[in-house]
Amino acid sequence: MPKKSYRQAINEAIRQEMARDERVIIMGEDISGGMGAPGEQDAWGGPMGVTKGIMPDFSRDRVLDTPITESAFIGCAAGAAATGLRPVAELMFVDFMGVCFDQIFNQAAKFKYMFGGKAVTPLTIRTMYGAGFRAASQHSQCLYPLFTHIPGLKVALPSNPYEAKGLLTQAIRDDDPVIVFEHKAMYDDEGEVPDEAYTIPFGEANVTREGDDVTIVAFGRMVNFANEAADNLEKAGISCTVVDPRTTSPLDRDTILETTEETGRLVVVDEAHPRCNMASDIVGLVSQEMFGALKAAPQMVTAPHCPVPFSPALEDIYVPGVARIEAAVRQAMGKGH
Amino acid sequence: MQLSRNDLLAAYRKMRLIREFEDAVHEEFSAGNIPGFVHLYAGEEASGVGICMHLDDRDAIASTHRGHGHCIAKGCDERGMMFEIFGKKDGLCGGKGGSMHIADLSVGMMGANGIVGGGPPLICGAALTAKTLKTGGVAVAFVGDGASNQGTTFESYNLAKVWNLPAVFVVEDNGYAESTASVWSVGGSQAARAAGFGMPCTEVDGHDFFAVWEAAREAIERARNGEGPSMLHVRLNRYYGHFEGDAISYKGEGEIERVKAEKDALMLFRNRVIETSLLDAGDMDAIDREVKERIVQCVTEAKAGASPTEADLLTDVYTSAY
Amino acid sequence: MSGVIGEIVMPKWGLAMQEGMLAAWSVKEGDTVGKGQEICDIETSKIANVFESPVDGKVRRLVTGAGETVPVGYLLAVVADDSVSDADIEAHVAHFKETFVVEDGGDSGPVPETVDTASGRIRYLAAGEGDGVPVILVHGFGGDYLSWLMVQADVSQGRRSYAIDLPGHGGSTKEVGHGNVGALTNAVCSFMDAMKIDKAHFVGHSLGGAVCLDMARNHPEKIESGTLIAPAGLGPEINMDYIDGFIREKRARKLRPYLELLVNEPSLISSEMVEEVIRYKRLDGAEAALNTIASACFQGGHQTLEMVERVQRMKTPLNVVWGENDRILPVAHADGLPDTVPVTRLADTGHLPQMERPGETVEAIRAMLG
Repeated sequence: MPKKSYRQAINEAIRQEMARDERVIIMGEDISGGMGAPGEQDAWGGPMGVTKGIMPDFSRDRVLDTPITESAFIGCAAGAAATGLRPVAELMFVDFMGVCFDQIFNQAAKFKYMFGGKAVTPLTIRTMYGAGFRAASQHSQCLYPLFTHIPGLKVALPSNPYEAKGLLTQAIRDDDPVIVFEHKAMYDDEGEVPDEAYTIPFGEANVTREGDDVTIVAFGRMVNFANEAADNLEKAGISCTVVDPRTTSPLDRDTILETTEETGRLVVVDEAHPRCNMASDIVGLVSQEMFGALKAAPQMVTAPHCPVPFSPALEDIYVPGVARIEAAVRQAMGKGH
Repeated sequence: MQLSRNDLLAAYRKMRLIREFEDAVHEEFSAGNIPGFVHLYAGEEASGVGICMHLDDRDAIASTHRGHGHCIAKGCDERGMMFEIFGKKDGLCGGKGGSMHIADLSVGMMGANGIVGGGPPLICGAALTAKTLKTGGVAVAFVGDGASNQGTTFESYNLAKVWNLPAVFVVEDNGYAESTASVWSVGGSQAARAAGFGMPCTEVDGHDFFAVWEAAREAIERARNGEGPSMLHVRLNRYYGHFEGDAISYKGEGEIERVKAEKDALMLFRNRVIETSLLDAGDMDAIDREVKERIVQCVTEAKAGASPTEADLLTDVYTSAY
Repeated sequence: MSGVIGEIVMPKWGLAMQEGMLAAWSVKEGDTVGKGQEICDIETSKIANVFESPVDGKVRRLVTGAGETVPVGYLLAVVADDSVSDADIEAHVAHFKETFVVEDGGDSGPVPETVDTASGRIRYLAAGEGDGVPVILVHGFGGDYLSWLMVQADVSQGRRSYAIDLPGHGGSTKEVGHGNVGALTNAVCSFMDAMKIDKAHFVGHSLGGAVCLDMARNHPEKIESGTLIAPAGLGPEINMDYIDGFIREKRARKLRPYLELLVNEPSLISSEMVEEVIRYKRLDGAEAALNTIASACFQGGHQTLEMVERVQRMKTPLNVVWGENDRILPVAHADGLPDTVPVTRLADTGHLPQMERPGETVEAIRAMLG
């Protein structure tokens, strides 16, 4: 299978869906770039070059550069979705949700319910998240728990290029509003990605490692760290199951519960802040559903309860890493590990 | 373009239907029969009807808290609306939306909106759909003078302008955002704001159906012809409080009564068509009787309608598998 | 042989294998092993299998430990008789480690290509060079070119070989027309036309075996010989539980039991193999193609096309390999074949002889290549 980067995988998913369905349009700030400027057109292809080359192939009628006006264009995408298009809007950094959240959580997410089931809102929002980029407090957050909280939204966190193409394709074809979280440190990650279009269903976790001792549930970029930790621990004789839920909403409760029951130990790795995040959610779920099957207290590996710091010296401590995951697994294993 | 006799009858009937509907809701709410809270459109009928007369099912509108009139004007079923306001299963939204979220996308009504300024970005979306799919459709955002101060509204003016969208922004200025007077809360003027975004703006007396109809015709034609967005600044009055139960102590003494006596939209319409011999008083009297009966029937049935059950609680959250 | 140190190294299974993980040893230091004896389990990214000793002798050192991943060609163990001193063994191992270089670093072997044919896009993996009549390898229901991972290199000496993905499968078009054997045969003919191949030796597995038989019946001028591995088309029975489960199940844990029906030893089914199948089934059109093929080829739970009667009249030399424990297509289907068709029945083997018994399978194929 051909190797592609996370960036290429996303670009390919968008292109294939635009070619497949003329109702698919994309919009966002500088997603093509150079709009109205005298110089190069398609100058950026988005701040990370993810959508580069799509405008020349599909024209400015379907690749819409927006002014810096998140409230208007995210709301516009919601309205367009409710009236017949299948827009893919890029919210450059999820941190910018502060200026458009109403359009997502009060409007798009609730149309279906408020209107008695008669609205269909096939809206996709792609957004960048995550620390590790020296981007400081307003460009580094992992705000997916906030979106996960809202009924009516679906939330996907692709952990590698294969997942990125399949989950984004599913998001675009899905008839509900979906927020796809792309970790900004993963755009150059490479992996095998089929040339053909494919979808990965939402709410179906991917078990990336199967082991007997500890179940590690991890999200987005943290899945890769969890895999690395599991491989290291394997050599030390601790065998881990690693679960990538793929989507936080819907959440594959069954796979989390089944795999945790098999091992009796749980470690959840979540790059988000610790209060009301996915780690606390899953530990709560497991505690309620299968307390008796637990051999040890569940462990949570998360970012601390502070804004993302700028200084590399601080940010490197802030982001959960392989060593912390290994330590949490050993903690769950108890004495002698 | 002229209004035919049938157009005039239809316009009068819609305005009367809105008035009767809102008066009935006022009465039922006062009697404690309607849950939650409601915001009534009585007094503003000429605006919604005068504008929506130019629209068809290709076209979309987004409304405000004060949405009942826009819904009726755009073609929502008044019986389903009444059921909805009573929270009944056969309501237009299954009783899940209520007064503030009545919508019917099949007739291009994108919803009353509980968020002040929630509608204009959505209308940019509907206009983008029309433009992209070349449906010939136009999208109209109704906002109050309150929403006219929201950032979402300004951003939408700008987006509609730079994308040259087939959109019309209607500022229904009834003089008060909740209890706060627009003479105080609105800096500059609506027209100057429109000019700032390069949009034409027409100021119009919202009690005068014919004035609204004419101004709307120009703005909607402009949008339909691909000439971009416009604004209508419609000055009007609401007869009831911001919400039902509002004592309206902030209005001047006799303010509402004066408007009712001198500028009531239905009265002005009636006088005008009789003076110009376009319709007979008898035609309109017949409509008044028919509409009254219709609304009584809607209220009676809505009161007796079944409530949704627990089985309905978790449905309609998602469209596809969850 | 007295005084000689024998090396057992990580084998190269398949064209793309670069490294393997030694999952477990089944022998220990001091044991005497014979050639062909199962000595360890090896897992690659594509396959898990037992490894048989290539040499005789007494195991003196297990150099690669269980759980370690090492490159192809790396030392797993050394054998030698007692006349060799421990010091010499140590020196030998140390020398190996010092001088070992990874072969073809960075080369992951040949990559599949695609060709546009009259039947749509066909993906294939080509290997081998030479003037010999080429070989075309045709996988079974739900498979792809990777079915031939363990054998393709060994049947490509002195000739070109093409492991193709049938329509509806792998990286080929998902348009399968009626989805019957005839439609698949037509696609193979289209592939040959597009690649300018006049005639080829065919190797077909399962449904691919039926395609080879159909080729021999309707296009004898294009087929030099046919090696049929657990072929469809020779009897009515087929395990529809397998077919239905293969199509239906989307999750690894649910799908695995069905894939395990394919083999005699379930551990042969690696997680990666299960994942590959799931990934394939997610491709646009794959599921619809499988359903179309299944209902055309196995209508009402029986094989639609039966050719055993016609084999008598076929001029094409044929050869059959079948696992005695095949749980998908019964080995008894081979009983009705005429004596002119040699049948190799493999004990302790399921429906995938080319994976489970690659050595014997290669031997059977080579017998037809001349």
